[in-house]
Amino acid sequence: MRVPLWKIAHARSGDKADRADIGLFAFDAETYAVLKREVTRERLAAHFAGMGIGAVELWPLDNILALKIVLNGALQGGAARSLRMDNLGKNVAAQLLRMEIDAPGSLPRLNSV
Amino acid sequence: MKTVRVGAGLGFYGDSWRPLRASIERGGVQYIASDHLSELTLAILQKDRQKDPAAGYARDGVPMLAELWPLAAKNKVRFVLNAGGLNPRGAREAIFRSFREKGWKAKIATVTGDSVLERIDELRAAGETLAHMDTGADIGSVRARLLFASAYLGAQPIAEALAQGADIVLTGRVADAALTLGPLAHEFGWRWDDWDRMAAGLTLGHLLECSGQGSGGNFGSAGEWAKVPDYAHLGYPIAEVSEDGSALFTKPPGTGGRVSFDTIRQQLLYEVHNPHAYYSPDVVLDMGSLKFQDEGNDRVRVSGACGAPRPRTLKIVAGYHDGWMGTGMIGFAWPEAYAKCEKAAEVVQAWVKERGWPVEDSNVEYVGYNSLLGANADPTYRDQLNECFLRMTIRTQDRKVADGFGRLFPWLGLSGPPYVGSLKGVQAAKELLGIWPCLVRRDFIEKNILVETEQV
Repeated sequence: MRVPLWKIAHARSGDKADRADIGLFAFDAETYAVLKREVTRERLAAHFAGMGIGAVELWPLDNILALKIVLNGALQGGAARSLRMDNLGKNVAAQLLRMEIDAPGSLPRLNSV
Repeated sequence: MKTVRVGAGLGFYGDSWRPLRASIERGGVQYIASDHLSELTLAILQKDRQKDPAAGYARDGVPMLAELWPLAAKNKVRFVLNAGGLNPRGAREAIFRSFREKGWKAKIATVTGDSVLERIDELRAAGETLAHMDTGADIGSVRARLLFASAYLGAQPIAEALAQGADIVLTGRVADAALTLGPLAHEFGWRWDDWDRMAAGLTLGHLLECSGQGSGGNFGSAGEWAKVPDYAHLGYPIAEVSEDGSALFTKPPGTGGRVSFDTIRQQLLYEVHNPHAYYSPDVVLDMGSLKFQDEGNDRVRVSGACGAPRPRTLKIVAGYHDGWMGTGMIGFAWPEAYAKCEKAAEVVQAWVKERGWPVEDSNVEYVGYNSLLGANADPTYRDQLNECFLRMTIRTQDRKVADGFGRLFPWLGLSGPPYVGSLKGVQAAKELLGIWPCLVRRDFIEKNILVETEQV
């Protein structure tokens, strides 16, 4: 089934020079395996295409059930020269949580009250 | 077994120091590590200094210490803070003045040598290219427009200041985490090539450097954020560290916020690039090595840090003038709130074009619809919004144009679409800065580092 990331994961983003960076975290190991499979550099590039970003970098961290995502060239040259309201990229993580992936309906977070 | 408790201080210039009372009174901290400098703060401080040579430091350090020092002294708490900015000696003078008036005693150290704005030509002549780390561009292209340039120093001068007996250590630009690693290396006598212990200190410093973000603030999530208790009294995080570098991460009892596996790992990856090679002046950390054990009740055990030898270079971050931003904003109510914002944007764009203003770039956003979510905003209810604000910005090299842009917006009040709000004054031009990260051989910087301790 199609599942938006906000139902099964949490995320925070920040800025460094012209990069936006995101930590995406699964609540449990089963979900982490799904994130690792579904949240690919290609899918991320497509999801953030409207921001006009450069290369996407991605590292899985098994020890903390997380994906580290870096969007290069995402901040109009950096927070101090950006014209955007969100010049610091704090909401890039919220944008990511809107991404939909294929996930089994059996994931724990989809079945907890 | 000896442990050392380091508490988070501020997380940025202007952050609240009120939560530090709980850390000192009930958190048992021995050190407060306080971060007053973002990538951009030095640009603000440089402007202060141009107006007044005695300025150029983060001004919040003085009232913070004036308020907390009696409590800190009673509890034998020492402060390490980078509020020295571009002028640590000036910051010390200001603190001395404040303390003398009150008859307080303290030993205050300054760490200097990080600012290299005056040394750019010397460094280039010595063979350092100072090329942009990401683009490889030559620094000559922005040389004349540089506003500040500072190298990130490590924890060694901080440990040296503490060894000299300083109660308060005032630095300029240091790696944020060095504010924590310095006290730990000093207390435990860690060797500077003990990479795993260095990595442990770096980890804890990184977890502490953003104040409330390490204890449940800004917990990015749907729904979960609402379960964080008592934001109004959120306690800043504390690391209780053992000699081997492992630690209990927690916060003062009786405060709001949350320390858990979830809140800590969000902070761990915050503003990190490659997590397997997290660079600092003192060590390179592999975050993949870390172990977290959530004991519940706002207690998480952190261990396992693995480090690789420190880099041969230090990072410099410089900032240069990069034009001016003009900003205008206007709000419209239902009906057709969004459509009226679009119409107003068209009108402003026509006015700008007719004036022939030199605009390099522009941005149109709809506050209440897409100003934070950008292209990922959901358009389903766009045309039924109760109200919507238009925000437009331009980048130009001409300051007068940036000022004039803001002055266009009030005209929309009587000569634009109806049901208008928020004409609360005109926004002045704002200077834009480009950031220039580059690398430099560490001995070129380290030979100029000076640690000086004085008693008030």
